[in-house]
Amino acid sequence: MLDVRGLKKVYEGSGRRVEAVRDLTFTVEAGELVCLVGPSGCGKTTLLKCVGGLLTPTAGQVTLADRPVSGPPPGMAFVFQEYGRSLFPWMRVAENIELPLKQKDLTKSRRRELVADALESVGLTDAAGAYPWQLSGGMQQRVAIARALAYEPDVLLMDEPFAAVDAQTRADLEDLVRRLWRERGMTILFVTHDIDEAVYLGERVVVLSASPTVVQEQLKVDLPDERDQLHTRVAPRFAELRTHVYEQIQAAKRGTPEDAVTKSDTPPPH
Amino acid sequence: MRGTNAALGAAGLAAFLALGEAVPRLGLVKEAYFPPTSRIASALGDELADGGFWSALGDTLTGWAIGLAIAVGAGVVVGVLVSIVPYLREATASTIEFLRPIPSVALIPLAVLLYGTELKSVLLLVVYASFWQVLIQTLYGVQDVDPVAEETARSYGLGTWARVRHVLWPTALPYVMTGVRLAAAVALILAITAELVIGAPGLGQEIAVAQTSQAVPEMYALIVVAGLLGLLINVGARAVERRALAWHQSVRGEVAV
Repeated sequence: MLDVRGLKKVYEGSGRRVEAVRDLTFTVEAGELVCLVGPSGCGKTTLLKCVGGLLTPTAGQVTLADRPVSGPPPGMAFVFQEYGRSLFPWMRVAENIELPLKQKDLTKSRRRELVADALESVGLTDAAGAYPWQLSGGMQQRVAIARALAYEPDVLLMDEPFAAVDAQTRADLEDLVRRLWRERGMTILFVTHDIDEAVYLGERVVVLSASPTVVQEQLKVDLPDERDQLHTRVAPRFAELRTHVYEQIQAAKRGTPEDAVTKSDTPPPH
Repeated sequence: MRGTNAALGAAGLAAFLALGEAVPRLGLVKEAYFPPTSRIASALGDELADGGFWSALGDTLTGWAIGLAIAVGAGVVVGVLVSIVPYLREATASTIEFLRPIPSVALIPLAVLLYGTELKSVLLLVVYASFWQVLIQTLYGVQDVDPVAEETARSYGLGTWARVRHVLWPTALPYVMTGVRLAAAVALILAITAELVIGAPGLGQEIAVAQTSQAVPEMYALIVVAGLLGLLINVGARAVERRALAWHQSVRGEVAV
């Protein structure tokens, strides 16, 4: 579905050359929920923007459904960390959600339907007529998610979407993403710096190294499909997985490509 | 609190008017040059009853409105174009910085040469003066576009025109509104200056005529009218601004979340 091959991004400017991403290769299957986790400053956002066609990679290629990505592809939606800046304050919630749909060839009634459906999915039907700045942070991010849903993407890219909301809201939003993913069968690529979040959400976790970034490890999360904040987070398997990812991140920070580095899709042994 | 402020404002104005009445009556200044408030008021009453005054007022407002409309239209279009066409801003920056400080009144001889005392003369000066106010504010406004908002629009496949309309324009609007408010005030100043100096029909010309015919109270009455006009224009511009920018943090105030 989504194929990232040999991706490299070097920023050049004012005499400084920063190699943000060195060589990244991974694949996301259709309908999969993959979490990308890595130490802070490891180029996660750069990677996601390259995947979303917002940045042009220096080398390597991103292909979506066998088509190379050279600009924002139609079947992709992006949810940004900075919901307050990503939603337009001059538009009401429903208008914000409808705007991207106007670029598609849809009738007005179909657009209305999609907006109403997306708002219902995130539980914000009553907020349609409000301005984003009249809502709390968590609600604003739900509006941003609703905007992405209404766009009916094949692939949803989420760039640390819950980094700026409080812990309780974050837990609710995580469950929302899990539910939407299961209901709608979208492919989701979710970037986070939070190890617990990555393990809780993902079907697979891709651990990135420190900058210049390569894939440190890919890990299958063999937790049951039904997850909830109360039980999943105290399950022994959850603890094992998060410990494993944590060790990998620590290794990545030290920059020692440990022998533990595996590029397989197998979960670590119990 | 609001009531107190209004009362204080009214008291201040009353005191000012009383002072204007008292100073000439006490002989501190010559009544011939500075008539007391009551005589200016009665001259104003006479003017209001005179058809010539209303047609002069109409002429001034026509020059002001047409000039302002041209300046705002041109300022916004040029500002947006200069900002979104690559390299154009860098290429035009020095020219703008050179042309902008030229006082509009320095163009009076040119205006007379080109158009005599026609309305076009007034328009030339009004447009030149107010255009820069709008242009500069538009240029600043366009620069203020949030990169996240821009990336959001791009990621959802919004083309150049859709991004100008839905992202760039609303972002620039608060700045443009400020530019329009400044331009509206400057346009009135230039309209009256042009009439006064060139002799194009309007309030300015009436002031000049009153002065040369020694009709001193009438002259002051017309000046008062010009002042009231400026006040009304500013109040009107602010009202428009508040309506158009109801979503902006400068207008919406604090919201309970």
